[in-house]
Amino acid sequence: MLDVVTAPPETRVAPRAAMRSAKALTGNIAVAQAIRQINPHVCAAYPITPTTQIMQEVAQFVADGLMETELVPCESEHSAMSACVGASAAGARVITATSANGLALMWEVLYIASGLRLPVVMAVGNRALSGPLNIHCDHSDSMGARDSGWIQIYAETAQEAYDNILQAVRIAEHPDVLLPVMTCMDGFLTTHTSENVELLGDAEARDFVGAYHARYSLLDVDNPITYGPNDLPDSYTEHKYQQVLAMQNAARVICEIDKEFGERFGRSYGMIDTYCMEDAETAIVVLSSTAGIVKEMVDTLRAEGRKVGLLRPRVFRPFPAQELVDALKGLRAVAVMDRALSFGAEGGPLFTEVQSALRNAECGAPKVVSRVFGLGGRAVARDEIREIYDELDSDRPVKFRLVGVRE
Amino acid sequence: MIDVKRGGWKSFPLGGVIPEGGTSVAYLTGEWRGGGKRPLLNLKACVHCLHCWISCPDSAILINGGKMVGFDYEHCKGCGMCAQECPPMVKAITMVAESQFGATL
Repeated sequence: MLDVVTAPPETRVAPRAAMRSAKALTGNIAVAQAIRQINPHVCAAYPITPTTQIMQEVAQFVADGLMETELVPCESEHSAMSACVGASAAGARVITATSANGLALMWEVLYIASGLRLPVVMAVGNRALSGPLNIHCDHSDSMGARDSGWIQIYAETAQEAYDNILQAVRIAEHPDVLLPVMTCMDGFLTTHTSENVELLGDAEARDFVGAYHARYSLLDVDNPITYGPNDLPDSYTEHKYQQVLAMQNAARVICEIDKEFGERFGRSYGMIDTYCMEDAETAIVVLSSTAGIVKEMVDTLRAEGRKVGLLRPRVFRPFPAQELVDALKGLRAVAVMDRALSFGAEGGPLFTEVQSALRNAECGAPKVVSRVFGLGGRAVARDEIREIYDELDSDRPVKFRLVGVRE
Repeated sequence: MIDVKRGGWKSFPLGGVIPEGGTSVAYLTGEWRGGGKRPLLNLKACVHCLHCWISCPDSAILINGGKMVGFDYEHCKGCGMCAQECPPMVKAITMVAESQFGATL
């Protein structure tokens, strides 16, 4: 017989409650801490590498009495997102997490969450889609979901992944937005790598996020409503246009909330992150953690006297086209590094967006090339990044290639 | 057909939510009968067992004081379940072609 000893509540150790502290945390643990601080009404989830740890930690917090969240362990990701939709329609603040094939299994429900305007927040640890089976980082999962009506924010670091979750709740629930938000970080590279992360105090984190008051609740029997009725050809277009406008509003709201976050806590990110772009002649555009190694190569090349820069879009949906054009329009050439393929397209998904934005620019549009790298978790080497910058200095760089592919 | 009286994106509740209850009353599903059939009641034969009422999928059986009094043709879709369920010894409900009634609902 098991001899179970449960510590009385007053002896349980709560993670630092009152003050900020810098700790070595993985992206998953940092995100789990953010979810603990937010203390959402409901977390419905199904485990998948590399984000299993997020909800595992949250389950532990719930079991330890550190959260009041209703944790719903589901039988699949389709069910998990469906439970999130149901809970959100009931008026709850809802957070979940997934990766790769889990995200793919959520597919149809992603559109239901955004179409019903339910402000669900989801942490995504980017991982390659099978097959062949691969559990390592690339962006094929979330890039496939780019048209699902979710806001997408991509973190470079564990710190940003933590901050993004706190901001995402405010963005999603903003009355001018009311859209679900996906906060992405690189699988393993960020989810499982320890970095210095400064957590906010519990009180200030909760104060920033604030209370949630849903517009409607299915549980409010005095004010009965219907969610998800048949929307026929005479009104579906109007509802989709409302989503278009909400996504446009999101660009402003993301900036406002990021600015407020910066004023209160000293960290601010904007729609795009730029590095050495002021006098750059060529640049690499890349999402997420890869920006770190590219910045290092920018430093190396700058020391050699070359005018190179980096642009990292932090937000992919809504796409920050104007910010991108303003930063890139005077350049000679730009390489867009995609960690995902779009089979049959001219290049990766980020490339087609960047090229489209620049083609619409009035003048001075640089040459743009597509470089797909890091598929299924393959590391990108410094020399490979140097080679891409070298190609941008050549007269006719190839339009598209897979970095490091062997014959 | 697009009914412009329903308004546009500025007036639609977000997400297609219907922000009140009981709105199906305003949705006239009786139009769905089209060129099909409608039920007719022989009140003299009816024994008011209410089998029709309990089997109607659209609450289109009108009841007054516990007695069957007729049909709500604005919502009856003409499925014929009431006529099917009316006991064989009673046969108070018959399905009649819409063409017998002109253009009325």
